[in-house]
Amino acid sequence: MAPDATAAQKPPVFPVADAAAIAGAKAKLDAHTVEMMAWHFHPSTGCPFWLEYAQSLSFNPLTEVKCYDDLKKFPPFEDEWLRGGPVRRWIPRGFADQPAYVFETGGTTGVPKSRVNMRDFRTDYEQFSATLPEEFFPRGANWLMLGPSGPRRLRLSIEHLAQYRGGICFCVDLDPRWVIKLIQKGWMEHLEAYKQHCIDQAVTILEAGHEIRCMFTTPKLLEALAITLEKRGTTIRKAGITGIFSGGTEFTPQWTRFAVEELLDGAYMTPTYGNTLMGLAASRPVIPADGYTIAYYAPQPRAVIEVVDFDDTNAVVPYGGTGRVKLTTLTQETFVPGFLERDEGERELPYVKYPWDGISGVRPFRALAGATTVGVY
Amino acid sequence: MSLPAPIHLPALRFGKPYESLERTKLVHFLTGEPVAEVSQIGGAMLGRDMQKASRAREALLRIDPEEIVERLQTAGNLYAHGTLPMGDGRQSPEDFVKQQSATTGLPESLCRANMQKNLFVLSNMDRMLDALSRGLPPEVFWKGYGREQRGVVVSYQAQSPVLGLVLPSNSPGVHTLWLPVIALGLGLVMKPGGQEPWTPYRMAAAMVEAGIPAEAIGLYPGATDVGAAILASCRRSMIFGSAKTVEQYRGNPGVQVHGPGFSKIIFGDDCVDDWEKYLDVCVESVAANGGRGCINTSAIYASRHTAAIAAALAERMGPIDVKPPEDPDAKLAAFTVPGAAKAIWEQIEGGLKAPGVTHPTAAYGPRFVEGERCGWLRPVVAHCSSPEPAIAKAEYMFPFVAVVQCPQNTILEQIGPTLVATALTADAAFQRELVSCTEIDRLNLGPIPTTKLDWLQPHEGNIIDFLYRSRALQVPAETAQAVS
Repeated sequence: MAPDATAAQKPPVFPVADAAAIAGAKAKLDAHTVEMMAWHFHPSTGCPFWLEYAQSLSFNPLTEVKCYDDLKKFPPFEDEWLRGGPVRRWIPRGFADQPAYVFETGGTTGVPKSRVNMRDFRTDYEQFSATLPEEFFPRGANWLMLGPSGPRRLRLSIEHLAQYRGGICFCVDLDPRWVIKLIQKGWMEHLEAYKQHCIDQAVTILEAGHEIRCMFTTPKLLEALAITLEKRGTTIRKAGITGIFSGGTEFTPQWTRFAVEELLDGAYMTPTYGNTLMGLAASRPVIPADGYTIAYYAPQPRAVIEVVDFDDTNAVVPYGGTGRVKLTTLTQETFVPGFLERDEGERELPYVKYPWDGISGVRPFRALAGATTVGVY
Repeated sequence: MSLPAPIHLPALRFGKPYESLERTKLVHFLTGEPVAEVSQIGGAMLGRDMQKASRAREALLRIDPEEIVERLQTAGNLYAHGTLPMGDGRQSPEDFVKQQSATTGLPESLCRANMQKNLFVLSNMDRMLDALSRGLPPEVFWKGYGREQRGVVVSYQAQSPVLGLVLPSNSPGVHTLWLPVIALGLGLVMKPGGQEPWTPYRMAAAMVEAGIPAEAIGLYPGATDVGAAILASCRRSMIFGSAKTVEQYRGNPGVQVHGPGFSKIIFGDDCVDDWEKYLDVCVESVAANGGRGCINTSAIYASRHTAAIAAALAERMGPIDVKPPEDPDAKLAAFTVPGAAKAIWEQIEGGLKAPGVTHPTAAYGPRFVEGERCGWLRPVVAHCSSPEPAIAKAEYMFPFVAVVQCPQNTILEQIGPTLVATALTADAAFQRELVSCTEIDRLNLGPIPTTKLDWLQPHEGNIIDFLYRSRALQVPAETAQAVS
């Protein structure tokens, strides 16, 4: 169905995808969905979890899912299923002989949620690589990974992105679970000291002649790095960085404007929205004329983001309307149907490069916001 | 007069207005009418601007200190009587009162009273500085050293070019604490209270209009990360908060924390039989300024007649009721955070059920009054037969007092931290104990309401001791003669 542009609050200032492109993407997603059902629910290729779960369903996913919308037949995915072992129950039999990684999310207290990966993180970041402008992320350039490390997918993904583009990735350790504990304990001086410890290492690497041009970092660390460099009489751009890839729900239009106008000194920054389950969603260009709106588009058909009604989570909201983020992951390694994320935002019109729905204004879901610690590293 | 048209308040980055893409909307606590939008900035912007904080002090030092004091006195007059530029509009004193009342829930009469306090402090800045510095020539703070009246060279070293302030929303009266800072040659970096941006904004506008350099004043409205950035980047800062905030920054020499006051009235055995003579002092101490301040009395200690004192206070304060904010007789402020009044009342109700506690104000009708968008608490007097019940040590932001029975010889062991104590005693021995009691900060010997401040005395520590370090500075004898 062609988007109802009149429902959006303002005329779009970005090129909206045409109806043919949208229909083409929809057909591709429907076909991909059927293909994924055939893989995940076939006894020779599916993972133990889904094969066992299929026994409890009132429909046969192999024959009764004929398009993406048919995935609504699945009950909501419960992320609690991802806590604890054995994690091998999530590995498709079709990949049983492949080396597996396990990536964790959460885990400041209690058992973290985990997702097994064989190659997905590489595929996601190789696809994302195509969205990076060569001018600012030159091939062969070295990277700095200044973000969460440890059992997180991001650390290996950024290193793979750098390698895929012909560069080498320099890394700084950062444990976000400790950061969250420092905040919960009110140890703000320790928090500041830990942040500075990370920044000091980043500055040392940037000044050590490694010819680093590209960087992944979080908004909080980008702020701290820029201010530290400014105190040393230099800037992010003068330190050699031309392209920054960043992510986090604190990526607000105001923050982006501040970064562009005052922190980056001309370096290019592309925001992303992602997590261990989905992979990562690229943004359309962030421009002043669009009020620095940050709109993300999922890497369809491997993952789909829908902005759904808070009460009826099978209904998307009108364009410009506010709703909860509903995520579906459809890769050979991972099938997650209709997972309700802990975020909300506004539904965005399809963009010419990504002819499917996007989301802007991503922020913690209002009903859970008080219990969530965000923007911490 | 109706509510002024809504205005937008930008951040002021050391004088430069900055309009953010993110704004909070402030509405009237009763009607929900829009009052203002306030630009919200992030902590990093403040952190970045702080690199240039030394310019704030330099801008002030270019002006003669006596001239600064004169300009502050002019600013006081403009603040109280002038129509000033305010964001994208202009603001008369009456606009200010309406706007402040609308977003804080304070009765307009109390907003006006707080304006007079601020005016008094600015108008008397020369006397205040003389009192706080114990008569030092003001040039000492400009030059860093000088000769005091007895002929000795003294040095006062500024510990920071600016004072950072994380301001509260609940009591416009606290702003008097930071007004002397500009006169001491230091700039101001303020995070205004979310509901009460009005006083710092109007004060900044008045100061700039009076010729105080705009680059000496920063106003950074935002979320908690702005407060954290102030504390992290200013070498001297003041924060207003709860007992938990006080605990968090205890022992940090760069942070002066203003939390609950737990102020008290203490009857000596020699005066308690005449308790009726002191009832006015007690009522004023508990109920002045809506009972919102840390200097409002939260407990009265006496060895006898406590039930009668509690009953008499209940008779005087119990009938005080909610009135429209524009009513000149309105004495109670609204709790504008949804659910706050109800939650506090439930906590008090629990405390009143403890053994040894009675509730004399119960006879004067319900204490919790629920509004459509806010709530009120009418005065509560609790009687405690000993200091044991938890409610004897409580403090709330409305007229609340626990009248506690306690033998005189154990009162000072029991009172705990006390910002202001009014001691009603002529017993010289007991007075000596009170003077020595380190739990008490400000001590009133005699029937002075705890809410009555002598501005020529330091409040919660001398601000000069906080902002300056008195240190040795030696010059050769032949040069010393030339030091003015």
